[in-house]
Amino acid sequence: MRTVARAAGLLGCVALAGYAATIILRDPTLHPSIPGMLIWFVGALLLHDLVLFPLYAAADRALTLLPATRVPLVNHVRLPLLGAGLTFLVYLPGIVRQGEPVVLGASGLGQAPFLARWLWLVLAMTAVSALVWVVRVTRRSAAGG
Amino acid sequence: MRIRWRSPIRGPWLTSVFGLVLLCALPVVIVTGLLDRVAYGSAPIPADVGGLHLPRFDWPTRPAWLFRLTQGLHVGLGIVLVPVVLAKLWSVIPKLFTRPDRNLLKLAERATLVLLVGGILFEIVTGLLNIQYDYVFGFSFYAAHYVGAWVFIAGFVLHVAFKLPTMVRSLRSRSLRTELRTPLAGTVPEPPDEGGLVAPEPDPPTMSRRGALALVGGGTLLLAGLTVGQTLDGPLRSTALLLPRGRTAPGDFPVNRTFVASGISPGAVGESWHLDLGTVQLTRDELAALPQHTADLPIACVEGWSTQQTWSGVRLRDLAALAGVPEPSGASVRSVEEGPFAQAPLTAGQVLHPDSLLALRVNGSDLTRDHGYPARVIVPALPGVHCTKWVAAIGFAR
Repeated sequence: MRTVARAAGLLGCVALAGYAATIILRDPTLHPSIPGMLIWFVGALLLHDLVLFPLYAAADRALTLLPATRVPLVNHVRLPLLGAGLTFLVYLPGIVRQGEPVVLGASGLGQAPFLARWLWLVLAMTAVSALVWVVRVTRRSAAGG
Repeated sequence: MRIRWRSPIRGPWLTSVFGLVLLCALPVVIVTGLLDRVAYGSAPIPADVGGLHLPRFDWPTRPAWLFRLTQGLHVGLGIVLVPVVLAKLWSVIPKLFTRPDRNLLKLAERATLVLLVGGILFEIVTGLLNIQYDYVFGFSFYAAHYVGAWVFIAGFVLHVAFKLPTMVRSLRSRSLRTELRTPLAGTVPEPPDEGGLVAPEPDPPTMSRRGALALVGGGTLLLAGLTVGQTLDGPLRSTALLLPRGRTAPGDFPVNRTFVASGISPGAVGESWHLDLGTVQLTRDELAALPQHTADLPIACVEGWSTQQTWSGVRLRDLAALAGVPEPSGASVRSVEEGPFAQAPLTAGQVLHPDSLLALRVNGSDLTRDHGYPARVIVPALPGVHCTKWVAAIGFAR
């Protein structure tokens, strides 16, 4: 009985997703977009699983090569790196100035300041992380540890 | 190829914590996103969605900040959940590389993860690009984001139905309070699980579970801090450091399209401009001579940004009465501009609300061309794109 319910749920949800896709078929002006939408759908999946994940896993693995210190460096490098990566991905268009004519038409302002702002943000995160590390090292030394 | 998974904190409990956060928050993103379509009224895009049309009801005009809230939540939550989604995917990624099951049903279940994961990544990517006006994908955002939403909803409902018992069981397997008190030195892997998330030969920990939760929570807070500014007025607006809507020209507030971008020739909104009400034509001076009303109303856009300003102008219901339709069943507003958003429908409620205006002035000065001079519509809780600028005509329906 459970198997039947699971199979029914599965079919129902696949049918819903399939039906949703037919919205594109209803409007002939959207037909030329079908390959692009499929590429972006599958591309987002592959890019995450087979590019983004291996990249950040490898970068994280490289952190094991950091010199051994009494207060481990690993998270003090990991956190600003993750912060930089996250903000870069989320706010990518402004940082790399992609789509500037549309931004200009919509807001009357361009994208010129974003790269420098992002670099300052990364610098700030790195500086705070380094400062906290120094404080932790000092406190440990003071405690005689 | 056999991968040695190294993280000692990966396991069903950690996955379930991320899962619980998403289970609580994603329905809010879904519902507010769907409400956005309802708010568009009788002219949503894409127009024909077959059986997936939403319940039709007149979008309320009270409270005036309704659309500001729903759309701000949709975009804001969508952004701040990105670290949680990435963490959730990180926590289950060993499953991607496990051997396919022989059981047909399990194999099919696994295949539907394409709907879930592909769906959410597609929605995040198209959404993030759209709010930053980057149309690099080259297809209709509205159609793609709506279809993608339903594909994701299908995958999400199925995933929750199948995995809810596992999530509840896993959450009960450890105490959150204990985990929040466990430092790095006391961090040990979860016991082996049938799902295969727990690494059999992990590396020594470099981060406690509470550290991992703090890291993801910190990522969420970072994005929240860099996003919330696009819904605030005053100096806090510029805290949205990396978003186009964190910037405004000095002394101004944001616009959704500049006058230059509208392609309107300056002559069309010059001396010869008049408002066409069908039976009546009014020049700008004649409009300014009518009783004026002032209201503090937000402009809230589909990109999630919003701003509240003080608008003055003629009440739409006064114009309806002037046009000889004191109790209209709705209205259609046409702009001098041409294009997909040059015509906007209004419901009876939107026309008759006492704060619904054909605004001539904002914050005590005449509208600038960028803000819709000679006259623009401003209606409580109406999506910004339907608050038509450079109004040429209003047709009140009997």
